[in-house]
Amino acid sequence: MSNVPQFAWSSRVLHWLMAVALLAMLAIGMTMVVSLEHYRRLVAIHRPLGVLILLLAVIRLVNRRLKPLPPFLATMSARERVIATASERLLYGLMLLLPLVGWGMLSAAQIPVRVGPMVLPPILPHSLSLYTLLRRAHTVLAYLLFISFMAHLSAVLFHTVVLRDGLLSRMLPWRPRDVDGAPPHQR
Amino acid sequence: MNDLATRDTPSGTRARLAVVIALVSSVGGVFLYFGGWLSPGRLTPSRLVDTFERVNGPHPGFRRNHAKGVSISGYFEANGAGTRFSKASVFRIGRVPVVGRFALAGGMPYAGDSVATVRSMALRFSLPNGEEWRTGMNNIPVFVVNTPEAFQEQLIAMAPDSATKKPNPERVAAFLAKHPETARAIAAIKAQPATSGFEDSTYKSLNAFVLSDEAGRTTNVRWSMESMQPVGHAPAVANAPALGANFLFDALVARLAVQPLRWRLVLTIAQAGDSTRDATQAWPESRERVDVGTLTIDHVEGEATGPARTINFDPLVLPNGIAGSDDPLLSARSAAYSQSFTRRVSEPVSVSAVVVPASEGANER
Repeated sequence: MSNVPQFAWSSRVLHWLMAVALLAMLAIGMTMVVSLEHYRRLVAIHRPLGVLILLLAVIRLVNRRLKPLPPFLATMSARERVIATASERLLYGLMLLLPLVGWGMLSAAQIPVRVGPMVLPPILPHSLSLYTLLRRAHTVLAYLLFISFMAHLSAVLFHTVVLRDGLLSRMLPWRPRDVDGAPPHQR
Repeated sequence: MNDLATRDTPSGTRARLAVVIALVSSVGGVFLYFGGWLSPGRLTPSRLVDTFERVNGPHPGFRRNHAKGVSISGYFEANGAGTRFSKASVFRIGRVPVVGRFALAGGMPYAGDSVATVRSMALRFSLPNGEEWRTGMNNIPVFVVNTPEAFQEQLIAMAPDSATKKPNPERVAAFLAKHPETARAIAAIKAQPATSGFEDSTYKSLNAFVLSDEAGRTTNVRWSMESMQPVGHAPAVANAPALGANFLFDALVARLAVQPLRWRLVLTIAQAGDSTRDATQAWPESRERVDVGTLTIDHVEGEATGPARTINFDPLVLPNGIAGSDDPLLSARSAAYSQSFTRRVSEPVSVSAVVVPASEGANER
């Protein structure tokens, strides 16, 4: 059995659900703004998926307060730990903020947000200057999320593949067995 | 962290690092592909709206198409006949408020009115529970193109030449040769005599939509707002300059100062084989047509004060019970309108050509 301590079961499940939702969302968002042909279909997924991500983000935030974190690996320097903590906060902030900014900008433009058969209530008053501001913010924050995701992916892959310290196994949905050839994890 | 890495041979570490770089680059590349960075020639909503700006010149604050218009309002009274096809609340017997816009096609907000210019009626029905139905209709029997790419080509082909101020006949001919569906559509449009103004025009959805009833049964339809005003004759084009630059809008404002105007909302029911994807093709005349209610327009306002300026008449803002068809123009319109809206509302508001005096526009409800 691996001796790398894992995140709580609920944290791991939420992490991967969110990973799938966010990656799909980034792909859909980036595609729909440049597509005439698929715009309609993608917008129809983008908005309800945004609502789902907002709900998941709130659940994750509650879960984050309740479940203890496993200790950092010895392979992470003090500076890396600071960066990891800051980037975790940034990702949590973005997954909460991006759906709210999206919902808010549509509210400000008086565009009804359909989720299945119902329409979400507006969360901001009608204001075109607010729409302009939030529409730009939505793009900037989406790119920031994309960059944060790429950094997160790079860091995890670097640790897991290059340093082979088993970082990824902390978050895997299952408990990994020791991989042959992987160095033992001394803490 | 280096002590771990150095446990392996330097070449092994380098190989694994290369794997990581390759993986991360691949993921990044996939997203660049999604974002259109790898296909710079593809027509996007942005590029389509850019074309409007290039052809018409910059007109900050105005819609990139149907730039010249006025705000209208009134109400729609459904007679209940539409509930046969759709569960949308707008078809149930009752009255809903409507805000809309009359406009002339084209991206020139100060162009003089012309009988030959396509007229449009855009409407927003405000339904219960926050639902809305937005629609933009034109007074032509069919649309001139059936794909967004052809629309882009048409904009460029029909753009006035900088020297002659008229479309280059060779470019137009080449475009029509490539797009026989447009040649046929233009012939159908020309075969329909122009009416005298906004008030006696019939406006058509052109694109097809899909209605669904409570049982989930779907029906393909197109709809039209059929004028209940007697049809007048269009003034001869040669007389237009004497009528003033806004004669069509002025006539509308004058009519509305006297009496409300009415249109019948008529659904045309498709049969198997009627194309929902091709807006250049009319459905046969024999198709069942169902009168589902009456639109009353009783108020007109200039864009400076009227509510229509801030509305994006996105044809895919639809209530439960009405959905877009597979017509590629619908998705493209939705995308391009959004782009036009986002651009124009971030720009300073300019004074519209048509200014409606408050006393004339303020007809009592």
